[in-house]
Amino acid sequence: MDFSFTEEQVLLRNSVQRYIQDKYSFEARKTILASEAGWSRDNWRAFAELGLLAAPFAEEYGGFGGGALEAMIIMEEFGKGLVVEPYLQTVVLCGGLINLAGSAAQKSEYLPKIASGELIMALAHAEPQGRFNLADILTRAEKGGDGFVLNGAKAVVTAAPWAGKLIIPARTSGAQRDRRGVTLFIVDKNAPGISCRDYPTIDGQRASEISFENVKAGGNAVLGGVGAGLAILEEAVDRAIAAQCAEAVGCMRVLTDATVEYCKTRKQFGQPIGKFQVLQHRMVDMFMECEQSLSMTYMVNLKLDEGEAERIRAASAAKAQIGKAGRFVGQQAIQLHGGMGMTDELNVGHYFKRLTMIDAQFGNVDYHLKRFAAAGQTDR
Amino acid sequence: MDLKFTPEEIAFQHEVRSFIAENYPAELRARRKLEREFDKREYLSWHRILAQKGWVAPSWPREHGGTDWTPAKKYIFSNELALAGTIPLIGFGLNLAAPVIWTYGNQAQKDYFLPRIYNGVDWWCQGYSEPGAGSDLAGLRTRAVRDGDHYVINGSKTWTTLAQHADMMFCLVRTDADAKPQAGISFLLVDMKTPGISVRPIITLDGGHEVNEIFLEDVRTPVANRIGNENEGWTYAKVLLGHERSGIAGVARSKQQIARLKKIASDTQEEGRPLLLDPDFAHRLAALEVELLALEFTDLRTLAALNAGQSPGAESSILKIKGTEIQQRITELMLEAAGIYGAPDLRGMNLDGDNFMGISAELGGIAPDYLNMRKSSIYGGSNEIQRNIIAKAVLGL
Ligand SMILES: Cc1cc2nc3c(=O)[nH]c(=O)nc-3n(C[C@H](O)[C@H](O)[C@H](O)COP(=O)(O)OP(=O)(O)OC[C@H]3O[C@@H](n4cnc5c(N)ncnc54)[C@H](O)[C@@H]3O)c2cc1C
Repeated sequence: MDFSFTEEQVLLRNSVQRYIQDKYSFEARKTILASEAGWSRDNWRAFAELGLLAAPFAEEYGGFGGGALEAMIIMEEFGKGLVVEPYLQTVVLCGGLINLAGSAAQKSEYLPKIASGELIMALAHAEPQGRFNLADILTRAEKGGDGFVLNGAKAVVTAAPWAGKLIIPARTSGAQRDRRGVTLFIVDKNAPGISCRDYPTIDGQRASEISFENVKAGGNAVLGGVGAGLAILEEAVDRAIAAQCAEAVGCMRVLTDATVEYCKTRKQFGQPIGKFQVLQHRMVDMFMECEQSLSMTYMVNLKLDEGEAERIRAASAAKAQIGKAGRFVGQQAIQLHGGMGMTDELNVGHYFKRLTMIDAQFGNVDYHLKRFAAAGQTDR
Repeated sequence: MDLKFTPEEIAFQHEVRSFIAENYPAELRARRKLEREFDKREYLSWHRILAQKGWVAPSWPREHGGTDWTPAKKYIFSNELALAGTIPLIGFGLNLAAPVIWTYGNQAQKDYFLPRIYNGVDWWCQGYSEPGAGSDLAGLRTRAVRDGDHYVINGSKTWTTLAQHADMMFCLVRTDADAKPQAGISFLLVDMKTPGISVRPIITLDGGHEVNEIFLEDVRTPVANRIGNENEGWTYAKVLLGHERSGIAGVARSKQQIARLKKIASDTQEEGRPLLLDPDFAHRLAALEVELLALEFTDLRTLAALNAGQSPGAESSILKIKGTEIQQRITELMLEAAGIYGAPDLRGMNLDGDNFMGISAELGGIAPDYLNMRKSSIYGGSNEIQRNIIAKAVLGL
């Protein structure tokens, strides 16, 4: 058993840390959020130069041959900087899907472009009626021409406003929540028939509501075989959850450290408020939640390749822990900062918002506790 | 002990209900929920309608325009307002400034200020907190120095709610720098149009403009605007803090919010059935309702004690703590119900006639409400401070 990092992994963490410190201050981030685009191409280019976008991919596709642990390291540091650029969407999710299920041709078409920073992708998985169930899909793909014709709608597609391509799960057969009959399509976001309604999200990202009206997808747009999409989608989302847990840990760490620091310096009643034992215990609880969350993050990232049932339990357990801990740490950070915690000017509220949104992304605590329990039952 | 309302009280309930139905401004009723911040005119429109009816301040003494309603009737009244979801009355004048003025003010102050508060002529804000004086309010440093028949005020106030609308501010200032912290404080009423006052917005994490910083630079305020004696302001303020806490349980508003939550959860589908029927969600919702029911009866017991002539003691801290915890919990469950649709930030977006797929103004307001409601365990004496009060004053620890 070994929880240490390789020298390369340490170097990777250091270089991300340095970049966030130098280029991704809270003020710099504010400017990015306020810009028309809502993200920074310069940062994306820099991420490419630092090799971050290539980190998890095989060398033959322009990657550096890393894997989940590299994504974990990057996302944890991104969490500390509240990075809004779509690393999770493009590299981990869409890159991950192509990596998992793409044909050799698809891999060589898309992965090098992702690695070089040329291509932004977004996964359009959720539907307005679907809540967190990945199989709850009404969008239909009917055979037509030399491929398929898509009709339907997708909800809160993070990073879609920036994306050149979308990955779209659609039904080639089956009913609304059937596990069979889901097919993944890679489609150009500017394809005729796609219309988007873009908006910012509470945590400073951008997303879209997307509708598909007779959108044509060629036969080579199918990712991973007709009707075989759901299992791939689930695995890719579990991998994204593993990376997102690391991001959340980064957020929680910053909040806990900031709160401890604030309570050491803020004086009321003639003493630092950190002297009040009730606040000390609260901060100890925050600290413990951070540690538990970090443990779960390691756990899930180490178990991603251990078979489906094990992976599902690991991902759902980690996501449930992160959701619960993120809420507690975020709420307490605000509370212990008093009025200051309520301001938009202080970074604390922004980490809180990100943690809040992470809970609802890819399924909240309830959803994952249920999924964890169900996976345990089929095990036995 | 008896829980039932008398026939007269029930008749009163119907009267209130139909008054609201007939007089609540259509313009406010039609508002979409996303615009969380009402403007000054909107707040005052309902205030003035109630003032005209003689119902804007039921708890005031009779001679200043209050009612002689029994506590049960007052309870019915505020309950009906909350259940109808009317725009809240801003309490800084009605519930905070007024009691101090009628209790400790002189006749001229009562005659001038109370009718103006009642009729919604002046908008008041509360200038207590300072950057260095939050929980430890007695640490305030804003100075007022006597110059003939004026005080000259220098310093700053912060977190001042809706000061951007205010005509008047009641505030605590230090008039004796050498005395013990609590002993050198005076209670002043300051005209917000006085030269030397500047108000700067503080934007909160939900994006709203609700609180402000106030800078006071050589602000000349007549000595006639001092309440009671110099250096005794702390005593008056403490009475006021008592008023701030009563009514803070917010039971009726929470009930109305739970009804809204149920509506949202029954409109939300999960696994092919309404989320409301999901056992996990239903369980947590039930737990919350039980908690609220307990609070309702604690609130009623407090009300009954008040009625019997007992003053609201430190027990009212229970109402503040439980009331705000429940309010926060409701917003948490709403956000859970919203699922992924809690994420869109729809501020400034025109949603008229455009219900773009799952996005709606209703859902769009949920996350900002959740974020905003974190304030309730911080202000009005933080929940930690309230627990300290109970520990000390009730449990004798
Ligand atoms: C939205 C909002 C509106 C407000 N409106 C007004 C207004 O209109 N007028 C006005 O005057 N003020 C207003 N306030 C200010 C409010 O009263 C203060 O924020 C509050 O008193 C806490 O003070 P603080 O923010 O300085 O936090 P601090 O006092 O610095 O407290 C920080 C943390 O330490 C804890 N703490 C402090 N002392 C102790 C202790 N002895 N034991 C245990 N824990 C302790 C607190 O509970 C809190 O968690 C408002 C605040 C907010 C957030």
